[in-house]
Amino acid sequence: MSQVQVTRKRVLPGFGLTMGYSVLYLSLVVLVPLSALLLNSTGLTWEKFWDVATDVRVLASYKVSFLCAAAAALIDLFLGLLIAWVLVRYEFPGKRIFDAVIDLPFALPTAVAGVALTALYAQNGWIGSLFEPLGWKMAYSQTGITLALMFIGIPFVVRTVQPVLEELDKDEEEVAATLGASRWRTFRSVIVPELVPPLLTGFALAFARGIGEYGSVVFISGNMPMKTEIAPLLIMSKLEQNDYAGATAVALMLLVISFVLLLVINSIQRWSRRRAI
Amino acid sequence: MKGKWKSGLILGLSLVLTLTLSACGASKGETQANGSSVAGSKDVELLNVSYDPTRELYETYNKAFAAHWEKEKGQKVTIKQSHGGSGKQSRSVQDGLDADVVTLALGYDIDALQDKGLIKEGWQDKYEHNSSPYTSTIVLLVRKGNPKGIKDWDDLIRGDVQVITPNPKTSGGARWNYLAAWAYALKKNNNDEAKAQQFVQELYKHVPVLDSGARGATTTFVERGIGDVLIAWENEALLSVKELGTDKFDIVYPSISILAEPPVAVVDKVVDKKGTREVADAYLKYLYSEEGQTIAAENYYRPTLDSVKAKFKDQFPKLELVTLKDVFGTWKETQQKHFSDKGIFDQIYVPGS
Repeated sequence: MSQVQVTRKRVLPGFGLTMGYSVLYLSLVVLVPLSALLLNSTGLTWEKFWDVATDVRVLASYKVSFLCAAAAALIDLFLGLLIAWVLVRYEFPGKRIFDAVIDLPFALPTAVAGVALTALYAQNGWIGSLFEPLGWKMAYSQTGITLALMFIGIPFVVRTVQPVLEELDKDEEEVAATLGASRWRTFRSVIVPELVPPLLTGFALAFARGIGEYGSVVFISGNMPMKTEIAPLLIMSKLEQNDYAGATAVALMLLVISFVLLLVINSIQRWSRRRAI
Repeated sequence: MKGKWKSGLILGLSLVLTLTLSACGASKGETQANGSSVAGSKDVELLNVSYDPTRELYETYNKAFAAHWEKEKGQKVTIKQSHGGSGKQSRSVQDGLDADVVTLALGYDIDALQDKGLIKEGWQDKYEHNSSPYTSTIVLLVRKGNPKGIKDWDDLIRGDVQVITPNPKTSGGARWNYLAAWAYALKKNNNDEAKAQQFVQELYKHVPVLDSGARGATTTFVERGIGDVLIAWENEALLSVKELGTDKFDIVYPSISILAEPPVAVVDKVVDKKGTREVADAYLKYLYSEEGQTIAAENYYRPTLDSVKAKFKDQFPKLELVTLKDVFGTWKETQQKHFSDKGIFDQIYVPGS
């Protein structure tokens, strides 16, 4: 396999040149800013860092951020699969437009999304007013945060699952059918194993996006300390007091936890892909 | 292979270096051109970094000042404005935004610039009235007809009342709201600090939504219909009433409030570099003139000049106003005690309190 790659003519000129560019730009865009983040926290002693990072309010905000992001990503997993399925397998008028709309959350400034969602889900909004009599508070609660994060995360799942679904060989399903498998069995044993890796990728992306999301959430969350305060808001509030070191401490914790979680998801994904083959 | 890799890296690096250098060169050329134009007393440009609600005020004022300066000195001046949260604006200047003057919501945000060496010590004594050409105060905005019968701060902690105010940790303006309530409780309880803290703690238990900024809190109260009373700056409250119609909201003046002093200062380091000190200084001084004061009053800020004060006395009812200095001391002390991490505001939300 590797021999074939070496002898094949590459599209981009010279490995050296392209690698140089890649390293340079990765450094400028990702690595240098991240090390600046680390550098900013060096003004902290270890005790102060630990003190800031494990403050009750900070811990509560991590809980809100991670739980809501996980819930939103999980819901997006199922919703996204359904949407991708409909887009790939069925023809209907307006499909192109429907397909394009999926990407809108990417393009829309998140604050705009936040304001729009709050207007809808507040107790006097179109949707919020329907749930208010049932005693279910949509906006200004963790439900609201999850809703905003679902909106932000849905394209990730759809766009990772869609191409895999498109490439899926229809013959395999037909074979399964001729061998007497029920539709549910075909779905479960033939289609789902193929979709697990992209679904996990979509989940991981939506989850990661949700953890750091700020713009859309501040408007809908109500920002109540210990209840609906997200970690990025605490970072902002520390910056507002010129407490760069404290803000970095919280950010660093967020980064480390996210990194570990993404690593775990990645490993599961790799493992499932190997099993699928 | 290894040599190629290296040469690629060098090529890439040098490319970016040239790009950055040429970009820097361009911007340098620009400032130089600017500098020489000052010497030739041609055009000059100022950057005023301010906070959110002063946008309309400075749009009008900038035109008035430009006309005044041209008449006086024959020099054309263009003033650029930058608006945002007060703390965020202060940070931008600290991080290198070339502001000639700053006009922010609290002295603390300008003190932070002093700590960074951008502004010399004693900036607050440079202009009259603690360098606050216009002031404001904290009032209560209620729904039309005042259905909950709110008259004073005490009514805000009644069982059935919901209060909307932004988070003082993320909003500079909201710190004045908090301090106003504190000042009232302190006065009422004969300067008993513990009782004042109790009152403020109770007050924030009546807040269902803690927005991150003042405009957000106004939206929550006005558009979303949440809460019975909005704690707001007087100028914001007057603007809301004017824009949304007098048939929707009423302003309630509490018995005691705080004199909110949004200060102004020349950024010494920047004006010395750009050679714009004279015009920047005049820009701030003119805020105290009859014309500057009238523009401030028309934008619902309380003027400090007596003649303009008299003209607008119907717009700004008299009420007992305490100053930050009298009750709380300096901004640094106030910040430390109330708003820093684990300060009194944080304790309000710690479980068990």
